[in-house]
Amino acid sequence: MSIWEYANPKKFIATTTPLVPWVMGISISCLVVGLVWGFFFTPDDFRQGSTVKIIYLHVPAALMAINAWFMMLIASLIWLVRRHHVSALAARAAAPIGMVMTVIALITGAIWGQPMWGTWWAWDPRLTSFLILFLFYLGYMALWEAIEDSDTAADLTSVLCLVGSVFAVLSRYAVQFWNQGLHQGTSVPVATGERSVSDVFFVPLLVCMIGFGLLFLALVLMRTATEVRARRIKALEARMR
Amino acid sequence: MFPDLGEYGTEVLTAYGVSIGLLVAIIALSMRRSRKMRAQLDAVEARKDAARGE
Repeated sequence: MSIWEYANPKKFIATTTPLVPWVMGISISCLVVGLVWGFFFTPDDFRQGSTVKIIYLHVPAALMAINAWFMMLIASLIWLVRRHHVSALAARAAAPIGMVMTVIALITGAIWGQPMWGTWWAWDPRLTSFLILFLFYLGYMALWEAIEDSDTAADLTSVLCLVGSVFAVLSRYAVQFWNQGLHQGTSVPVATGERSVSDVFFVPLLVCMIGFGLLFLALVLMRTATEVRARRIKALEARMR
Repeated sequence: MFPDLGEYGTEVLTAYGVSIGLLVAIIALSMRRSRKMRAQLDAVEARKDAARGE
């Protein structure tokens, strides 16, 4: 059995449809547990006060905003190389979710920044690359809507996704590339495993990150199936004309 | 039960309100479009079958 079998739209829908309610249920449970735990049962930080509670939304949303683009990049490359329609539609399905995650990260960051940095916004490398990533999400979605032929749209959006990946990488590593920004370094470095966050805050944060990740997965599967159905409707209607 | 958020109560509650609102919106919109497309596809396939039967 090969993974490419799931590139068949019927097989994809038959496999993912029963999975979606489970993944969605687990993700919402993780989010409720993580957010309630973080909001009600964690102490204030000695410097940040209660604004530390914003971490449970800001960090997982920012993580998913970047990872959603990387998922779109992989799906776009699969489309460009192997011409599987499901992969192009999966990239299209992921874009609005990634865009929402980027908006959450930007808004919660601004709300946290005002009392902590004394400003809602600074042209800091990470903040600026994140804003550009948000604009890339908007451009990507607009390009899909603007082109009638779905194969041409998939080709052009895939190229846009490749270009935007530069900003996804910059968003992730901007803090390491440039030191002049306001934004602090990553709190949970995956590569080294050394983290600057105490377990009291880290455990509910981890539950929230799992929740956001599973929510993204559930929504991508659901929205990809929707896009596959929309494409089938278009094809059937064209055939019946 | 409700935690004392001190001087940053407005900021924390706004961040939670906006974020949860956006998450609920994307879930609701995705589910609505999924239901709509399923119904639409069923209708188109029924029309196709009917046309084939004629």
